[in-house]
Amino acid sequence: MEKGKGVMVGGRRWAVDFTDYSTSPSSRDIPDPPGFSRASQDQDDSTLSRQKKDAESNWKSQKAWEVAQAPFKNLLMMGFMMWMAGSTVHLFSIGITFSALLQPISALQGVGKVFEPYKDVKVDLLGPKLLFIALNLGGLALGVWKLNTLGLLPTHASDWVSSLPPAQEVEYSGGGIPIR
Amino acid sequence: MSLGPMMQWMQSILHWVNVNLKANKGNVILVFSKGCLHAVSSIDGEVLWEKDLSAESIEVQQIIRPLGSDMIYAVGFVGSSQFDAYQINAKNGELVKHKSADFPDGFYGDLLLVSSDILVSLDATRTSLVTIDFQKGEIIFKKTHVSDIVDESFGTAVLLPSELSGMFAVRFNTLLVFIKVTIEGKLEVVDKITNAAAVSDALSFSEGQQAFALVEHVDRKILLTMKLVHDWNSDLLKESIAMDLQRGMVQKVFINTYIRTDRSQGFRALIVMEDHSLLLLQQGEIVWSREEGLASVIDVTTSELPVEKKGILVVKVEQSLFEWLKGHVLKLKGTLMLAGPEDIAAIQGMRLKSSEKSKMTRDHNGFWKLLIVLTKAGKLYALHTGDGRVVWSLLLPSLRESGSCKRPTGLSVYQWQVPHHHAMDENPSVLVVGRCRPNWDAPVALSFVDTYTGKELKSMGLIHSCAQVIPLPFTDSTEQRLHLLIDAEKHAHLYPRTSEAIGILQHEFSNIYWYSVEADNGIIRGHVLTSNCIGMVDEYCFTSRELWSIVFPSESEKIIATATRKLNEVVHTQAKAIADQDVMYKYISKNLLFVATSAPKASGEFGMAQPEESCLVVYLIDTVTGRILHRMTHHGSQGPVHAVLSENWVVYHYFNLRAHRYEMSVMEIYDQSWVDNKDVWKLVVGKHNLTSPISLYSRPAVVTKSQSYFFTHSVKAIAVTSTAKGITSKQLLIGTIGDQVLALDKRYLDPRRSLDPTQAEKEEGIIPLTDSLPIIPQSYVTHALNVEGLRGIVTLPAKLESTTLVFAYGVDIFFTRIAPSRTYDSLTEDFSYALLLLTIVALIAAIFVTWIMSERKELQEKWT
Repeated sequence: MEKGKGVMVGGRRWAVDFTDYSTSPSSRDIPDPPGFSRASQDQDDSTLSRQKKDAESNWKSQKAWEVAQAPFKNLLMMGFMMWMAGSTVHLFSIGITFSALLQPISALQGVGKVFEPYKDVKVDLLGPKLLFIALNLGGLALGVWKLNTLGLLPTHASDWVSSLPPAQEVEYSGGGIPIR
Repeated sequence: MSLGPMMQWMQSILHWVNVNLKANKGNVILVFSKGCLHAVSSIDGEVLWEKDLSAESIEVQQIIRPLGSDMIYAVGFVGSSQFDAYQINAKNGELVKHKSADFPDGFYGDLLLVSSDILVSLDATRTSLVTIDFQKGEIIFKKTHVSDIVDESFGTAVLLPSELSGMFAVRFNTLLVFIKVTIEGKLEVVDKITNAAAVSDALSFSEGQQAFALVEHVDRKILLTMKLVHDWNSDLLKESIAMDLQRGMVQKVFINTYIRTDRSQGFRALIVMEDHSLLLLQQGEIVWSREEGLASVIDVTTSELPVEKKGILVVKVEQSLFEWLKGHVLKLKGTLMLAGPEDIAAIQGMRLKSSEKSKMTRDHNGFWKLLIVLTKAGKLYALHTGDGRVVWSLLLPSLRESGSCKRPTGLSVYQWQVPHHHAMDENPSVLVVGRCRPNWDAPVALSFVDTYTGKELKSMGLIHSCAQVIPLPFTDSTEQRLHLLIDAEKHAHLYPRTSEAIGILQHEFSNIYWYSVEADNGIIRGHVLTSNCIGMVDEYCFTSRELWSIVFPSESEKIIATATRKLNEVVHTQAKAIADQDVMYKYISKNLLFVATSAPKASGEFGMAQPEESCLVVYLIDTVTGRILHRMTHHGSQGPVHAVLSENWVVYHYFNLRAHRYEMSVMEIYDQSWVDNKDVWKLVVGKHNLTSPISLYSRPAVVTKSQSYFFTHSVKAIAVTSTAKGITSKQLLIGTIGDQVLALDKRYLDPRRSLDPTQAEKEEGIIPLTDSLPIIPQSYVTHALNVEGLRGIVTLPAKLESTTLVFAYGVDIFFTRIAPSRTYDSLTEDFSYALLLLTIVALIAAIFVTWIMSERKELQEKWT
């Protein structure tokens, strides 16, 4: 996951953004140099930068949807592997079931991180995020269902009563054949 | 069971005599058994002839064959006052002569052959000696009053059965009188000896001389004297031997001779002690001894070993620093091959001592315990389960003959006090119940014995009798278990006799019941405690009222076997998950009684009854309410029945007359009243009544399942394994007729076995149905050993859940440890810890190496 993210942003690990969109000089600690007019520069690049920004946000939202759909492929593969594993409890089936459970959980935990690179004022990330969560929940459900078919979920009465101690009897009786 | 007839046969041999009759038939052994005299060839065991005397109503006392004669005399009493003698030809068994004479005063006890033609007996009052001359034409009686030959009067006389030619010994209380019969038939006193314990038979040795041994108790020693029969004043041998007081008095003495290295005559004596132990004495020393008392075990219980006290151990080590150094020097010698045979023995002894097996402290797994064994001789032994040695033994003073107790017998032994809270500073103790006389209304004798020291803490000779001992499920503040002793008048006596115990009992008073099985009358009665005894100032005595009774029809049913659950059995859970995750609830009640009855005609030996008229009926009875929970009939079957009841099932063994085979049946009982507890959510939040106390008066609905299987062996005893928590699956331990113990999985005796189990049932572990139970040779827990005369099997739980300790007793005793489901909770002894450690170290190293490598690689990536 970590590596994939790196690839998605074009192998870039870090970047310094020199472009400054702010209009008021007070946002910076350092005063503007003398002769520098902030307004004139803005006017010069405004059309160019807007176009550029639009293209970037478009690309970002497209990418976000792509990332959100990624678990679907995962889901199909997991389903195939579970079918292959069968319904008897052994090392292979248990391993697959637990990875099927853990993968969605870890993905759900890092849902913010996954969509971090596509964060933009203009990009609405709610849709992709919801899809991503839904697909992962689907994966989780598949894992739980598998766990149940393996008989590892305590859904029967027998799973709950087996640990109960036998009931105490109020009366006590002893005796037998008299000792000869 | 097989030993029974054998023993009887042995007992009925009155006498056997070697007769050299014909050269080709070797010696003839005369055996008298069940009123019939047999002559058996010693070469091939052929019965040469037999003479039936059973029709003559004579009680034969002796078979006599005078030396060098072809005649045999069978002498005995008819009634109490008539003496009869039969003269029989030893060659063909023909009756030559029959003589009979009346003795108006009557006889008491046995006949004793003094010389070849003179018998001695006592008259009915036991104050006169009677000599009988039977080989002459007429039988001549001669009566001599005891006071005529012994000056003082000493009360009643007892003839000792020792055969001393021309002489006999009579015991008057503590005084032993040797009396000689002169040629004229007169009686003469030879000597009077006080404190004499036993006299041996006379033994012929060189030049026709005869010697016998006399054993006396002097202080803590025994005095062995060998005398010549015909020369009273010279002692052949006089030895005194220090004797363990716990062995009691000498009961019998046997002698034989040997030639010493200096060619002189030596004598050995074998003595039988009061505790049934055997000792061989030679040259004033005990050469060897055997605890033969352990061959007659009556009852067994257990005790934990002491908890290891760390502080004391250190002190001991300091004290025995020298010993420790010496041990190491010895070991060094051993490794350097310098040790002599003595040193090697010492090293081995040390190894044995220091090994885990024989430690006198509690072990982590609970394998080592003390088996407290009560024997017929009234001796209590503590056996260590690690190496089987006797840790201590105690000849119970309350079970020894005394003025008030003529023939005391030990009955049973119970755990009296098992300290858990104060295990460090309190010792556990056991309760030994005995009786003064064998009859069941005889007064009871209780004694309390500390199981660590083997000392009697307290003993009580009581006025009341004891028909039953009921350990109650309550303990007092010192963790003494409350016991009820039911006497012959059906009064219950509470022990311990403290006000606290009364308080505990009063609290549970209305819930305590007891039942009695009267096998002779065919009645089972249930009782409840009512109030204190009326007319007695004993506040520990309670009366009881009959609550219910079950009367079996005497013409068709006779009680032949009963079984109950073991009091200390632990059941893990009541629920049994079956295929498809369904639940069945076991009917687990401590108050369940299994009773088997059989037609009176078929309760004896096989072949007495036809299959049509014999039928075996089994019952499951609730002993609180007297309710018959289940009844089942096996037509054409008969006893003997051996049964074991555990958890919710009973397994019993009987004979099927129609199939001519033994069968084992299983009966499982399930509770229907809890089946409704199926809602998982209610169970999750704990809203159920499964653990709430239940009353048997609520009449739980039960359902039983049963099935029968053929079994090849006849059975002497059945037991079931027991574990600490009751989780491990059970095995039946079957004492077979070959005196071995066979372990059989309970799974084979499952009533739910079917011919074609479904996949789910197979997963549950149900074995396809077969008509007979398999006997797997590897599952004999006794391996190749035999437990001679097997009578009982006792199982005890170890601390380790998977393991059961098994103690089997008979003439031999046998102890082993078994794991019915393998040792799933411990590593095997050959487990390689070194390999495990090595693997862990290697893995940790690998983790570090790969971690460093990955760090390095990442750094490199960052720079490029």
